[in-house]
Amino acid sequence: MTSTASPPVASGSPGTGPVSTSGSDGVDVAGITASNSSLRRFLHGLPGVDQVGAEARAATLSTRSIKTTAKAWAIDLAISMIDLTTLEGQDTPGKVRALCAKALRPDPSDPTTPRVAAICVYPDMVPIAVEALRGSQVHVASVATAFPSGRASLDVKLADTRDAVAAGADEIDMVIDRGAFLSGRYLEVFDEIVAVKRACGSAHLKVILETGELVTYDNVRRASWLAMLAGGDFIKTSTGKIQPAATLPVTLVMLEAVRDWRTATGRQVGVKPAGGIKTTKDAVKILVLVNETVGDDWLDPDWFRLGASSLLNDLLMQRTKLTTGRYSGPDYFTLD
Amino acid sequence: MSDRIDVRKTYKLYVGGKFPRSESGRSYEVTDRKGHFLANAAMGSRKDARDAVVAARSAFPGWSTATAYNRGQVLYRVAELLEGRRSQFVDEVAAGEGLTTRKAEAAVDEAIDRWVWYAGWSDKIAQVHGSTNPVAGPYFDFSVPEPTGVVAVVAPQDSSLLGLVSVLAPVVVTGNVAVVLASEERPLPAVTLSEVLATSDVPGGVVNVLTGRTTEVAPWLASHMDVNAIDLAGAPADAVTELQVAAADNLKRVVRPEATDWARTPGPQRMLAFLETKTVWHPIGV
Amino acid sequence: MAVAEMGSKKFDYAPAPESRAIVDIQPSYGLFIGGQWVDPTDGHAFKTISPSSEEVLAEVSEAGPGDVDRAVKAARKAYDTVWSKLPARERGKYLFRIARILQERARELAVLESLDNGKPIRESRDVDVPLVAAWFFHYAGWADKLDHAGFGSSPKPLGVAGQVIPWNFPLLMLAWKVAPALACGNTVVLKPAETTPLTALLFAEICQQADLPPGVVNIVTGAGDTGRSLVEHPGIDKVAFTGSTEVGKMIARSTAGTGKKVTLELGGKAANIVFDDAPVDQAVEGIVNGIFFNQGHVCCAGSRLLVQESAFDEVLESLKRRLSTLRLGDPLDKNTDIGAINSLEQLTRIRELSEVGESEGAARWTVACELPDKGFWFPPTVFTGVSQAHRIAREEIFGPVLSVLTFRTPQEAVEKANNTPYGLSAGVWTDKGSRILWMADKLRAGVVWANTFNRFDPTSPFGGYKESGYGREGGRHGLEAYLDV
Repeated sequence: MTSTASPPVASGSPGTGPVSTSGSDGVDVAGITASNSSLRRFLHGLPGVDQVGAEARAATLSTRSIKTTAKAWAIDLAISMIDLTTLEGQDTPGKVRALCAKALRPDPSDPTTPRVAAICVYPDMVPIAVEALRGSQVHVASVATAFPSGRASLDVKLADTRDAVAAGADEIDMVIDRGAFLSGRYLEVFDEIVAVKRACGSAHLKVILETGELVTYDNVRRASWLAMLAGGDFIKTSTGKIQPAATLPVTLVMLEAVRDWRTATGRQVGVKPAGGIKTTKDAVKILVLVNETVGDDWLDPDWFRLGASSLLNDLLMQRTKLTTGRYSGPDYFTLD
Repeated sequence: MSDRIDVRKTYKLYVGGKFPRSESGRSYEVTDRKGHFLANAAMGSRKDARDAVVAARSAFPGWSTATAYNRGQVLYRVAELLEGRRSQFVDEVAAGEGLTTRKAEAAVDEAIDRWVWYAGWSDKIAQVHGSTNPVAGPYFDFSVPEPTGVVAVVAPQDSSLLGLVSVLAPVVVTGNVAVVLASEERPLPAVTLSEVLATSDVPGGVVNVLTGRTTEVAPWLASHMDVNAIDLAGAPADAVTELQVAAADNLKRVVRPEATDWARTPGPQRMLAFLETKTVWHPIGV
Repeated sequence: MAVAEMGSKKFDYAPAPESRAIVDIQPSYGLFIGGQWVDPTDGHAFKTISPSSEEVLAEVSEAGPGDVDRAVKAARKAYDTVWSKLPARERGKYLFRIARILQERARELAVLESLDNGKPIRESRDVDVPLVAAWFFHYAGWADKLDHAGFGSSPKPLGVAGQVIPWNFPLLMLAWKVAPALACGNTVVLKPAETTPLTALLFAEICQQADLPPGVVNIVTGAGDTGRSLVEHPGIDKVAFTGSTEVGKMIARSTAGTGKKVTLELGGKAANIVFDDAPVDQAVEGIVNGIFFNQGHVCCAGSRLLVQESAFDEVLESLKRRLSTLRLGDPLDKNTDIGAINSLEQLTRIRELSEVGESEGAARWTVACELPDKGFWFPPTVFTGVSQAHRIAREEIFGPVLSVLTFRTPQEAVEKANNTPYGLSAGVWTDKGSRILWMADKLRAGVVWANTFNRFDPTSPFGGYKESGYGREGGRHGLEAYLDV
């Protein structure tokens, strides 16, 4: 079975729910999730990840030298992939409006600058963002399910999700229950994702694994597959609230997971690294990873996002250097 | 025309990569062998010792897990900087120990070469003192040397640079971290050495240097429960037993003082004294 | 020069050339004898070219028997009058100086190596040159610690070492030879390979910068004849050779009865063994690294992939997919993964053996890519359906050609892996620790890599069993070759 590229799905409707194909080449979701022990056997039967090898591969890929035209292309793509984020206790409508203005016009002095993919906020800020972004193509993503810890009852987490959806969010970034995952209650984690997906309605669901708490790459691979079995549209590395967040090797392992998932089921799932992506160099390294692990089909904001806030200004500075030939400074870019 | 007034140096403690004064605010006079004033040195207190141990402990994970190659590189660079400061060291050693310039130069050159000698051990000690063990069963069995942790060092009283280097280098090359109590009457080369360390790539806290009264500070290091080993090279003869008794409270590894010709190239003993041996078993089977 | 792209690309990496300006190649070079640059006595010269463009880089002297004699005499004089009398710690400090200068001139050395050898700058910059410096650092530290090396107290050097090195890792092989030799107190006459002399000649300059006493290191450039003169010279005490098994045997014969101590590091046909529980993505990286790193010009290359039959489909599919992202082209482009084949001679051999592979019935698969018109190039190639009886499973191709065989049980893997006159290296990929150790125990190879491949370190002894040679380079073990023990 070869990995032929499926055409990218139109924005806003990236794929259907859990694929339950049976047979030797498909993935029998119903069979696998019939019990916690069968799910556990499946997840633990996935190939292991050698830490040293994975980190070495990520390190080699980050020596790629991306210059001139390639760099310009990558910068513009990276900008268009950003989920511009504010997730602070001190967020206010004013702050969210300012961020939305930035999303629509990242560089007031250069109208050729692409827009970002989405704004990402807490559920109670969604109405502000929806209003500010009305009529644009910029998505409104909301965190939900008692972000960032996920420590609340399922009912509370579903209510959190429904609120965000009702307020107009078209993307939901949920967190998995890491406590359940680490204590081996995989079916519980699965069921929660399925329930949240249902509560999303037509909104698309990103599943945050919080890889920094999962610690091992084996766990990251297993959690990725678990999220995809449960119907997630995107898998996301982190909440950005703890370190380590989106490291290159973790992103690599997740890209391998979505690649293998598509080979096994035909369904394409997106990837979003979030947290700790601060510089253009970081962003370009990530895009190289995408390019050489999963290729063209994921080099698109429908299938790959960057969860970041301060990254945008560094991308704009680098973009300006490429167009003007001079190094720029922070005074020339807006702080929102 | 009057002679130019020189800018005199202040001699402070070296703790956690920085140069604080003693928290006690005290200092004491350092003189040359003829009794002439050389400098005021910080008089380290038990609290300074306590702070130094904290700094050392927090530097231990990073230093002990650096590759042997990396530690060797860092220490070799220290030797480059020592070489650069040669004349300053010669002056301080000559004045403090009452040596002729030629004898002081010989001591300093030997100290620099001693440091290079130890730097070269970094990636060799495991091969010379580790092993695979041919146990009578289907197991792969190997022993590796590992650093013990925070090592307190009471530096030799007389040999203020060569002796100091000979007790400090073996501690750090093996991945341990050090709290050094310099020679009480000849502390200046130790402080200049800390300046070298501060401008090298040795991370802050890996080496901490205290100056002060040996009999006042040494007991606090000997009894400290977060110090894993102690080298009593510079401990006064009548204090050694007491210090060893204090060290027994957490079973510190102890290096007892003995008459040493610091000019002679040593063996590996001072490195081995601060290395634990970890033996690992793993089955061999399909 | 363009870099051949494989597969469709949205993300087109623009050219990212490392500048050649950093290296100053002379139009011609003499021989480095007795600390000086001297002309050869019989005046012959040859050219060294860049195999990626066929451009002439420089003219290099060919050392005749008279020149080799001069070099050996210079080495002997330096040994007798200076080097053997120097306190060990001072020898060490010379080596530390050399190590430092190698680090300072690292970029220059990497660019020169890529130009002369054809290997990608990423490899010469990130692998070769750092290891070269590390090798000198490691052995610098041994010079005054030989008492502790386990060879008795005060072990003595042998005297003058004649050293002949190959073209695949020119400067690294020089480091593997020169560093331990000097650390132990010997002086050397070294002959680099005829297609890759330039970094050795730059090394001679570095010896001068370090004020190394004249005659301690001598570099005589030339081809097979020069090597023979050196190896057969009665004035040397030690022969160290890295190269083909065929020449290694010739050396073993010609040094028989002479009392010269000999170490040989020869060819290999390593088995890279992948079990069905291997971490697949890392195993695929290991396979790729094993045979395509350095264009497969590696004695310890994992040129036979032994994959457990139950994992065959998955591993091959992953492997082919992975190979499609390899970038072949200009060695000085920082994004190049596969550089040029070192010479037309080597390219011809690779092509011939690949034809043989096809004619013997193996299935050939090559990554689709456009090869540059000038220079020597061979795209990564995989043969499946290979069995032990095929020539491509037995003979060292020394190029980017992988032969794939299958096995069912660990015992069978071991049998097939060991079923070769060679015994340099092997790879084992599995998640199970006890199996790694069991395999390592049973494999008749001097280096076993488990869940990794092609890793080198100055502390880690390297060398072969059987016809892959004898002697070890690296670590404490590597001292033995240069001591009278």
